[in-house]
Amino acid sequence: MTAVTDRQKLQYITARAADARVNVELETEGMTLNIGPQHPATHGTLRIVARLDGEQVIAAEPVAGYMHRGYEKIAEVRTYAQVTTLVNRIDWLGSFANEVPFILAAERLMEVEAPPRAMWIRTILFEMSRIANLILFLGDMGVQLGAITPVFFAFRDREYVLDQIERVTGGRFHPNFDRIGGVKDDLPKGWLEDTKAVMEKVRSFCDEIEDLLMGSEVFQQRTRGIGIIPPDVALQYGLSGANARASGIDWDLRRDNCIGLAYPEVDWKVWTHPDGDSFARFWVRLQEVREASRIIDQLADGVPSGPIMAKVPRIIKVPAGEAWISTENPLGEMGYYVVSQGDLTPFRLKIRSASFNNISITPWLLRGVYVPDIVTILASLYFILGDIDR
Amino acid sequence: MADEQTDTADPAGDAEEPAAAPVDENRNVIVESFREHLGDAVVDAEVQPGQDVWVRVRSDAWRNAAEVARNALGARYFCFLSVIDWLPSPYGRSMDASVDLELARLAGEEPAPPSTELAHGVAGGETQFQLLARVADVGTPGGFWGVTLKADVDDSLTIDSWVPVYAGADWHEREAWEMFGVTFAGHPGLRHMYLPSDFEGHPMRKRFPLLARMVKPWPGIVDVEPMPGEDDAGDAAGDADGSGTTSEEAES
Repeated sequence: MTAVTDRQKLQYITARAADARVNVELETEGMTLNIGPQHPATHGTLRIVARLDGEQVIAAEPVAGYMHRGYEKIAEVRTYAQVTTLVNRIDWLGSFANEVPFILAAERLMEVEAPPRAMWIRTILFEMSRIANLILFLGDMGVQLGAITPVFFAFRDREYVLDQIERVTGGRFHPNFDRIGGVKDDLPKGWLEDTKAVMEKVRSFCDEIEDLLMGSEVFQQRTRGIGIIPPDVALQYGLSGANARASGIDWDLRRDNCIGLAYPEVDWKVWTHPDGDSFARFWVRLQEVREASRIIDQLADGVPSGPIMAKVPRIIKVPAGEAWISTENPLGEMGYYVVSQGDLTPFRLKIRSASFNNISITPWLLRGVYVPDIVTILASLYFILGDIDR
Repeated sequence: MADEQTDTADPAGDAEEPAAAPVDENRNVIVESFREHLGDAVVDAEVQPGQDVWVRVRSDAWRNAAEVARNALGARYFCFLSVIDWLPSPYGRSMDASVDLELARLAGEEPAPPSTELAHGVAGGETQFQLLARVADVGTPGGFWGVTLKADVDDSLTIDSWVPVYAGADWHEREAWEMFGVTFAGHPGLRHMYLPSDFEGHPMRKRFPLLARMVKPWPGIVDVEPMPGEDDAGDAAGDADGSGTTSEEAES
C-alpha cells in the first residue's frame, strides 16, 4: 500500500518542484485567503482560512461551528424516542443511517433484538440512504471541477431513491422511522419491485457519471495525484469510510463488525483503492453506490416475513449501562456512545460523526497544495456540515 | 487502480457471538496486553463478552495508554475522545413525563433535593469528570477490534494530550476543552471549536443549565393544545410565559 503512495507522492513533488523554486526565488508576500463560511465549495458553512504564498497554501485552518446545534446536550433532556428526531439532522443527506446506530445502542442496553423482517427493512433503507447521499457527491464533484451537467443528473436520479424512501417512511429527508425494537411501519405493497427498478436507474446513473467524468482529461488532471493521504496518516486522523478505503485500508464496518443488520446475508464486496488521492476517493464512492444497489437487489429478493416490532414497553426506560455502536454510514464510521442510568433520557450521548474526523485532516492535507486544488480536495473528502458540527 | 476483493465472511474474532458464550477470549487478551504493558496503571477493566471491552487507566498513564494501544497493540485507528460529567442529572428521572422537576416546581410542589452521589458506569471511576476515548485496529479483514479507554480527571482538570500519539485527537480535545473545561497538557493550541471566543462556561457540564429546558419543561408533552372547553386544565404546567419558540427550536 505504502509503496504506491510513495510513487504517487514522488510524481506530485517532481511535477511541482519547478514551481516551488520560482516561488522561493520571487519571495512573494504571504496573504490570507478566506474561503467561506458561505461558499459553494464548502457545502454549507465551513470556513477555511488559508495562508497563501503565491498560489500555494502554506497553512490552512478550517473553522467549524457555524452550525453547531448542541445535540449532545439536548439529547440529555429528550427521551430515547425523541432523540432519533434530532440525530436525523446530523448527516441530512442520509438521515435514516443516522438513526440506526443510536437505536442499536439503545437496543443493546435494553437487550432487545429487532425481528428479522425489521432488520432487513432497516438494512434496505440504510443502503438507500447511502445511495441518496453518495449520488449527490458524484454529481457535486463534477461541479467543483467545472462540469455542470453531472449534478443535474444526480438531482434527477436521487429523486427516484428519495421517492422510494418517502413511500415507506413518509419523509424524504428526515424519516424518523427507526424504533427501539423494530421499525415504524411495514413496506407498502409493490414497493420491493419498484425499488429494484429504481436500482436499475441508479446503476445506469453510475455508468453515465463514469462516462461523463472519469474519462475526461480535465477530471483526471485535477484529481489524480492531488490530495494524497497515506494510510498511516488516514488512520491517525480517524478517517473512515470511503476516505479510508481510498487510501487502501481494507476496512468496512458492514463486513468487519456488523451488528443488527442483514449484511452477512448478502453477497457483496468491499472496494478499496491504493492511491489515496482525490480520484481514488471518487472512484471508491462510485463503486460503493453500485455495490449498494446490488445489496438492495439481493435484500429485496429475500425479505423474511414476520413481525416488524419486538415486544418493548410503551414507555421506554433504558437500563443503566454503557454501549458503543457504530455503523458504516455514507460518510464513514458513525457511532453513538450511550451512557444510561436507567432513566427516560440518555445520561450522556457522545455522537461520533464521520465528517468531524474526516475534515480534521485538512490542515495537514492542504499544506502545500495550490488554491484551485483546495476546492477539489475538500469536495473529494466529502463532508456534510451537520455532520461536523452536530 | 487495482481493487482488492475481500470476501464478506464474518470474522470469527469480533462479530456478535452467541449469547451462550460467556467468555470472550479475544477481548480478554486485549485487557491482558494492557495490563502487561502498563502494569498497575490499569485500574479497572471490563469485558462484555461478544460485545465490547473497556480499560480504565490512571490519569498519569493516559498518554502512555495511547502509546501502548497504538504502538504495541496495533490500534492505529483513532475513533473519538470525549468526556463524561458524572454529576447526577435532574432530568429524565421520573416515570410519568408530566411530573418533571421543573413542572413540579411550577405546580408548587417541593421536589426532593437532587442526589449528589456520583454513579459511575462501566469500569468504575472516582472523579466527576472522566475521560473517554476509543481506538481500534482496522485494515486487516477479520482482525478488527476496538477498545474504549477511560481515565479519571482529578481536580486540576488537566491531563496529557493525545495529539503526539494520534494526530486526530487535536479537534476532539479542543471540543472536550471547550465543552467540559478539561485542559490537555501538550496540545498544540486549545482554541474554541464551536463557540464564540468570548464565551464563558462549559456547556456540556451538568451544572450548565440548558436554558431552553428551563423555559419549556418537557417538549412534546406540555405544548399539546388543550381541547376546546378544557382551557384551565394543564395551563399551570404549560406555556406559562407564552414564549413559544425556544432557541433549540429555531434551527430546523
